[in-house]
Amino acid sequence: MSIYSTLTPEQFDAIGQELDAIRNREIADLGEKDEKYIRNLIKRQRQLEVAGRGLLMVGFLPPAWLAGVACLSAAKILDNMEIGHNVMHGQYDWMGDKNISSRNFDWDNTCTNTAWKQTHNYEHHTYTNVLDKDHDIGYGILRMSDEQEWEPRFLLNPILAVILSTFFQHFVAVQSLKLEDYLIYKTKTKEELKAEFKPTWKKMRKQLVKDYLMFPALAGPFAPFVFAGNVAANLARNLWSSQVIFNGHFPEEVEQFPESVLQDESRGHWYVRQMLGSANFEGGRLMHIMSGNLSFQIEHHLFPDIPAHRYAKISPEVKAICEKYGLPYNTGSFMRQSLSVWKRIVKLSLPGKGKGSDKGLRGKVVSLMGESQSAVRKAA
Amino acid sequence: MSATTPTSRRFQQGLNRLLQSRVADVLSYPHGVDRYLEVFNPLWSAKEVRARVDAVQHLTADSVTLTLTPNSNWQGFVPGQYVQLTVSINGKLHTRCYSPANSLYRKDGSIEITAKAHADGFVSRYLRDVVRVGDVVTLSQSGGEFALPEQRPERVLLISGGSGITPVMSMLRTLCDEGYQGEITFLHYANRAQDMIYASEVNEIATHFDNVTLLRAFADESEGGELSGLFSSEHLFKSVPDFAQATAFLCGPPPMMAAVEKVWDEQGISDRLHKEQFTLATAAVDDGGSAEGEVRFVRSETLVTNDGKTLLEQAEAAGLNPESGCRMGICYSCTCKKTAGKIRDLRTGEISSGDEEDIQLCVSVPVGTVALDI
Repeated sequence: MSIYSTLTPEQFDAIGQELDAIRNREIADLGEKDEKYIRNLIKRQRQLEVAGRGLLMVGFLPPAWLAGVACLSAAKILDNMEIGHNVMHGQYDWMGDKNISSRNFDWDNTCTNTAWKQTHNYEHHTYTNVLDKDHDIGYGILRMSDEQEWEPRFLLNPILAVILSTFFQHFVAVQSLKLEDYLIYKTKTKEELKAEFKPTWKKMRKQLVKDYLMFPALAGPFAPFVFAGNVAANLARNLWSSQVIFNGHFPEEVEQFPESVLQDESRGHWYVRQMLGSANFEGGRLMHIMSGNLSFQIEHHLFPDIPAHRYAKISPEVKAICEKYGLPYNTGSFMRQSLSVWKRIVKLSLPGKGKGSDKGLRGKVVSLMGESQSAVRKAA
Repeated sequence: MSATTPTSRRFQQGLNRLLQSRVADVLSYPHGVDRYLEVFNPLWSAKEVRARVDAVQHLTADSVTLTLTPNSNWQGFVPGQYVQLTVSINGKLHTRCYSPANSLYRKDGSIEITAKAHADGFVSRYLRDVVRVGDVVTLSQSGGEFALPEQRPERVLLISGGSGITPVMSMLRTLCDEGYQGEITFLHYANRAQDMIYASEVNEIATHFDNVTLLRAFADESEGGELSGLFSSEHLFKSVPDFAQATAFLCGPPPMMAAVEKVWDEQGISDRLHKEQFTLATAAVDDGGSAEGEVRFVRSETLVTNDGKTLLEQAEAAGLNPESGCRMGICYSCTCKKTAGKIRDLRTGEISSGDEEDIQLCVSVPVGTVALDI
């Protein structure tokens, strides 16, 4: 039986108040420390990028090529994770710097700022792990929940997951288009799709021209080395970021919810859903920075607008609250969480329930869903 | 990046053209060239004006005078105009307007600004107490209608109060440097003699230039000014009898400015009075929960009476459709620029400053009149 259905309304309220208190304390403490952190990080990221692109210009020397790919991969990962993702969450909007604000920041990624804020900040963070509302459950491609009805195409679940990870930035870029509505469910016309794709295509084109035309062209006869280096760096970023994100919501113990939980959901209920629907992974300081502190996915989902470098400090308090109310605090090594995710992906490629345990909520989920079963299928 | 010799200037121009080219734009996408340049030197920028603090002086106890050397993007100013200066204080950027006080003919290309630290002057106190030589600040290009006309007037009357001395100081220094032959009267109001910024320099100028008449008015007669007390029309009639023939430039605190304007209005010569309002009268703040004032949606030219609901709800009720999402303050889809007025954050109960800043519409209620860039 999931803890979600055993907590009393008073307990939900108490959890809400305790977490609000942490939030208010951190918000009141924002200042120079946070500014220094983000400005320094941006500085390092730009230096790594310049170094990486510079080294790839002499990429005909194998050590330079390898070092170039390493620098550029790290730069792209920092740009997308600890900088872009967090800045676009509004974590640094209070600074009043238009270059570090959720309104204006753009990242080295084919997804536009506007589309990202719609699918990620709004849909994913508001409706975290709610089937049919949180598009991140499978991205319209994978079967990531045993409540999604099995279709023959899901036999390819692991292969589809590899493809998704490989081209992750492009899938994220077109996520807001809900391609499956056009391709599979026919609820969207070609004209609508074309109009929606326009701003995304504009951004994709610029990114592709930069990485695969302009920088290679700058290298003259050594263009192929730069081209290959940029492919490698984009790939490294795609594989790393998709794995980090999968680890945040798809380890096997992480719960998913029916749409009905949203009805009259209180702040406390929302907080609990965020905690049950997220998972952390452990690591050193570098691991946390390179994952954009999404290694503290639980804390991030509770406080998406608090500068992420503060999550490490907050996490013992969140863990204590979990213990106090008997809530699970899902964490493990990066390897453990990754294996758990891929086990889920493989299991769900076959028909039937992908998970043996925890029938309690799941049984409930199905009955609660009733007539919305067909809608759940749509989430596939 | 400040150019001095012709060769380095040509090099600079070429470099700037390169940095502003389409190619540089594509290669630095999406961040832009400036975001890379500033990593190597905070003064480097293809477009923005940044300036290094080269000297910090305290001419009076409560003021600070900064000598700023801008990068090559600075396009200069006309005496009387202001610049917007942006500094980061405890992580947050703050912008204020200051009028350069230096002469147009200053040789080293630096600009000089003087700030008086008021009790509630958050930024001016920071400039006085924290800014050090070597710091880098961000500037705007100069702006403002209050400026010395290119065709110099035949007779000049400069009236200032407190730190309002800075724009007219620039006018005085410039006119003296260029050998202006007309009569200049410099009428300044300050509480005490020791509070008067640029006191000794103005004194020197008045001694050195026969066409400059200095009239200092301090609150108390014992302070030794040529005049005393607050501004009054008697001051003018008695000490500047030909004031109606002069082109007058006025900058000072709001009550003083109002008193001066009244005299010019009464004489029917208000077109000869140029003025700079350097502190805006702030609106009264309603501290309770009662809804007052109005919400102005500037871009859509819509105005509604504040009904106490969130700004998002009020915008939607007014038929506007601002971008929005979670309606609980987490997704930042509805972030928009507040151009004036104060708001209360529903989550913390905290009341914001009246500055221009980004706010989240869905968790903000107006406290009095608010203007939004929607």
